[in-house]
Amino acid sequence: MGQHQDVYFVPSKSQWPIVAAVVLFLTVFGAGHWLNAEPGESGFGKTFLLIGFVGVLAMFFGWFRAVIRESLAGRYNAQVDRSFRMGMMWFIFSEVMFFGAFFGALFYARLYAVPWLGGEGHGVLTHQFLWNDYAAAWGANGGNGPARIGGSFETVPPWGMPLLNTLILLTSSVTVTIAHHAIKDGHRGRVLLFLGLTVLLGASFLYFQANEYMEAYRELNLTLKSGVYGSTFFMLTGFHGMHVTLGTIMLAVMWLRELKGHFTRDHHFAFEAVAWYWHFVDVVWLGLFIFVYIL
Amino acid sequence: MAHAATHDQHDDHHHGAPKGFFARWVMSTNHKDIGTLYLVLSLIAFFIGGSFAMVIRAELFKPGLQLVQPYFFNEMTTLHALVMIFGAVMPAFVGLGNWMIPLMIGAPDMALPRMNNLSFWLLPFAFVLLLSTLFLPGGGPAGGWTLYPPLSLQGQSLAYSVFAIHLMGISSIMGAINIIATILNLRAPGMDLLKMPVFVWTWLITAFLLIAVMPVLAGAVTMLLTDKYFGTSFFNAAGGGDPVLYQHIFWFFGHPEVYIMILPAFGLISEIIPTFARKPIFGYKAMVFAVASIAFLSFIVWAHHMFAVGLPLGADIFFMYATMLIAVPTGVKVFNWVSTMWGGSMSFETPMLWAVAFVILFTIGGFSGLMLALVPADFQYHDSYFVVAHFHYVLVTGAIFAIIAGVYYWLPKWTGRMYSEFWGKVHFWNSVVWVNVLFFPQHFLGLAGMPRRIPDYNVAFANFNMVSSIGGFLFGASQLIFLGVIVHCVFFSRKQALDRVWEGARGLEWTVPSPAPHHTFEVPPLIHDEDLAHGHAVD
Ligand SMILES: [Cu+2]
Repeated sequence: MGQHQDVYFVPSKSQWPIVAAVVLFLTVFGAGHWLNAEPGESGFGKTFLLIGFVGVLAMFFGWFRAVIRESLAGRYNAQVDRSFRMGMMWFIFSEVMFFGAFFGALFYARLYAVPWLGGEGHGVLTHQFLWNDYAAAWGANGGNGPARIGGSFETVPPWGMPLLNTLILLTSSVTVTIAHHAIKDGHRGRVLLFLGLTVLLGASFLYFQANEYMEAYRELNLTLKSGVYGSTFFMLTGFHGMHVTLGTIMLAVMWLRELKGHFTRDHHFAFEAVAWYWHFVDVVWLGLFIFVYIL
Repeated sequence: MAHAATHDQHDDHHHGAPKGFFARWVMSTNHKDIGTLYLVLSLIAFFIGGSFAMVIRAELFKPGLQLVQPYFFNEMTTLHALVMIFGAVMPAFVGLGNWMIPLMIGAPDMALPRMNNLSFWLLPFAFVLLLSTLFLPGGGPAGGWTLYPPLSLQGQSLAYSVFAIHLMGISSIMGAINIIATILNLRAPGMDLLKMPVFVWTWLITAFLLIAVMPVLAGAVTMLLTDKYFGTSFFNAAGGGDPVLYQHIFWFFGHPEVYIMILPAFGLISEIIPTFARKPIFGYKAMVFAVASIAFLSFIVWAHHMFAVGLPLGADIFFMYATMLIAVPTGVKVFNWVSTMWGGSMSFETPMLWAVAFVILFTIGGFSGLMLALVPADFQYHDSYFVVAHFHYVLVTGAIFAIIAGVYYWLPKWTGRMYSEFWGKVHFWNSVVWVNVLFFPQHFLGLAGMPRRIPDYNVAFANFNMVSSIGGFLFGASQLIFLGVIVHCVFFSRKQALDRVWEGARGLEWTVPSPAPHHTFEVPPLIHDEDLAHGHAVD
């Protein structure tokens, strides 16, 4: 079908979708078993989870390899390119909404749940009869709720590592943009340099983030179990960190593809998609920096 | 028209359906085959979910516990809803969209055909995961389909239910992205946005809703998962969280979700009524804008599901008025359907019967919805059978009636053969009578104070429950006629369908042969305005 122009492109049959469905099923089935296993009981959950996870990686590798081959063979016309663009845009929109759920939980806990437990508004009776010694506050002095779940803890000061990480991500957004312009100008060396820098910046963000987590667990006693403060803190920054990890891997793949000469001045959508994703991850971080760390 | 059709016929021998079963159905990139898969899955889920409903109605036939234990009863109510919503109604619309959207806008296929295949194949796995929980020690989810904590956090099944919802969510999001990309990017030249069939418009808006809210549901159930297994406190007041927070996040998804299940139904009805009234739809643009405004409003009404949890008064009042506002665009739609029929030369083939029943019965569901929107009244109706009656009027006589109407409408196009009009009508009249016997008495039960989700009840409610159960059994049995009609049409019918199956039908899908060849519109068709349902009806 793809041989004549002006004709729609419909891709050929593929085994990758069913492979994807099977490995995703194995992953979640294994995860379900593993979560329900009694302490000390090994079960087959972990094995399934591992097989599924490796399968997911292999599936992505195989599926993208097939797509890259078709793309290099010149089978994708401008219309297919537009479909890919729309696909990526709407995927990022869905990610925004996913983070929206967790930001929503954060705002609700801070603005309503915790103050109500402390007796504000219609929480008067809850406070008086259930937890009359609880002075509602966010952060270290009450962010883990009236039962002080997880014990007393300290929060991560925003002006240390979080600030550094903010600067790192902002810089990486600049470097990835420079790399994009370099692709458009056909400067291969500059692309490799600035894209490589972006990957390094992403990796150093993750390094600092991991350090921050270790410090939180070891020295501040701030854990996932530190009441709703710890829950929102780790779920938000954790999901963000997972996205940075994914973004860094994708950027590294783009670096390799540039090295292999896959991208031309006007045909480099894969790079652009990853760059969009990277900017999205950057914007989410700014939200985290303001609402989780500073305020 | 002739162009596209002849091109396909002479191309068919080297572009026909693949021979092997696995290659054709499992590795497919063909929108028609994937659409068929979705519709078959939906039909299977319809009967599985329906059998759960039969268990519920059998237990409620008489007061007292006869057949099942309360826990199993609760599993049935929970899984009935999950299977019907995520397995029957949503996949049916995706299947209809897959089959018809490319045909209606002159596209060769969906924009991202391999992702389309994955969207489908995730679903059988998700349902195996969900239904397998019935056999777990401790049983399946039994806290209601909304999975409210803390109740839903009991038992082992939560992890599997949550993961099943994740898979369904991924499937829905990918399916929705595909539909948006198809509609925005693959329309044939001349198919302007405001010439698109209303069904395509409603799906475009529905797809937007899906992408906006399925991730929010994923977030909500992920918090349930971490609350149960990883010690977080999102919904635990002792840790500073709030179970009501779950309800907010869930219904931020949940209310748009009910529109996800009704907007494509509006689209189907807006295709069928003009065909059998032999008149263009009345107020095409108003129909499109009404759907868009309903979609917008769906984001700011979610707390009407939570009036009884003790929200601040200001919130109650805001959500009450916002909810009542929805009646305006919905009223526009009902008015326009009636106006389309007004003065038309009507005939009542099976799809039209279902469509007319939809307009009447869905409106009843809309009115009971308005009653529920009133905060002081809702305090009385909340969690009663009145609510059950309300949402079954909008979901069964609304969404499912529209789906059945759509299936009868397009089945000849898919198979190339006519279904049995006689048995289609038998199916219709049985369904429309028994569905009212089934659900109408539930209004009275609710007003009299019978709570929902209970296996046993006060003897005062016995008579209406028996009537409702009899209606339920017969409505369920009537659906076997539907199965028979479909099987007969697909495998045994000898009556050839015309390309333009219905004399009054307009739109590109009627310009291709019946059955629609494996590949259509590989070259963009030339669009003549008289082929279009709305082209010359706008301005
Ligand atoms: Cu609602």
